[in-house]
Amino acid sequence: MEQTTHRSAAVRDGLGVGLAVGLSGVAFGAAAVTAGLSVPQACVLSLLSFTGASQFALTGAVGAGGDLVAATLGALLLGGRNTLYGLRLADLLRPRGPRRLLAAHGVIDETTAVALAQPSPEAARTGFVVTFTTLYATWNLTTLAGAYGTSFLGDPGLLGLDVVGPAAFLAILWPRLAGSAELRLLAAAAVVIALCATPFVAPGIPVLLSAAAVLVVLVR
Amino acid sequence: MTLWWAIAALCAGCYALKLAGLAAPRKVLDHPAVRRFAELVPVALLAALVAVQVFTERGELVLDPARTAGLSAVVVALLLRAPFLAVLATGAVITALVRALLG
Repeated sequence: MEQTTHRSAAVRDGLGVGLAVGLSGVAFGAAAVTAGLSVPQACVLSLLSFTGASQFALTGAVGAGGDLVAATLGALLLGGRNTLYGLRLADLLRPRGPRRLLAAHGVIDETTAVALAQPSPEAARTGFVVTFTTLYATWNLTTLAGAYGTSFLGDPGLLGLDVVGPAAFLAILWPRLAGSAELRLLAAAAVVIALCATPFVAPGIPVLLSAAAVLVVLVR
Repeated sequence: MTLWWAIAALCAGCYALKLAGLAAPRKVLDHPAVRRFAELVPVALLAALVAVQVFTERGELVLDPARTAGLSAVVVALLLRAPFLAVLATGAVITALVRALLG
């Protein structure tokens, strides 16, 4: 009985997070087309890379006229946190064989958050699967809608869509910054490094250089 | 490198990074330095991305009044604990309004 309650709570969590976050695929689709990507390019990113921060990072760098190699490296560096989520989820989900190959695609911020919030491994598995499925479906449909809709606008800047990417990053960061003075110092150092480097190196590089701010915090 | 190649590289790389975590030996996970680095790097990168996308254009520092107002509105929305989509909408609407007003 308790088992069932846990699992239905996990389903509810998964549906809620999946739908709410999935809707912001509209913002990604809009930001991608604003940055100069085509509608198919935006959709392929959502279907196959399926990790919001990296997708926004690539399109943001492309929009800023950045070097594509640096843009891709920056986006990949952001995707590196999914490796750590995978390490934590491996114990909980214990996927084997082909299921592991499929589950891997779903290892992102939201699925990890829902899975780790559940009281039992069974509920964690349910939470992971429901969040992944709901979010994947919603994120991809809304990416298409956002990209297609934006491709009809003359100048997406008129709708303020160029601020949607940074707003999403700040919203993702916010709870962590609110909870830790150390992370606020880190974020401030990263901002200073990136802005100071901007006039001197190719676009895309300043964001990579900002990772050096981690050293500031580590040696302090 | 064309944009499609960048997209292909990103998709393949992102999947490999996710799978590496699920398939890695436990020893790696238990290393405190690995954990700490992984916790800190995304915070630095995301903060830098916000600054670069709002305050630079094509390799130059730029103070765009519309984007600056939009980002300030985002901060206010976050302080008021607005939901994720409301935060994004607030940023876009304020940016658009200021841009329209300043012509």
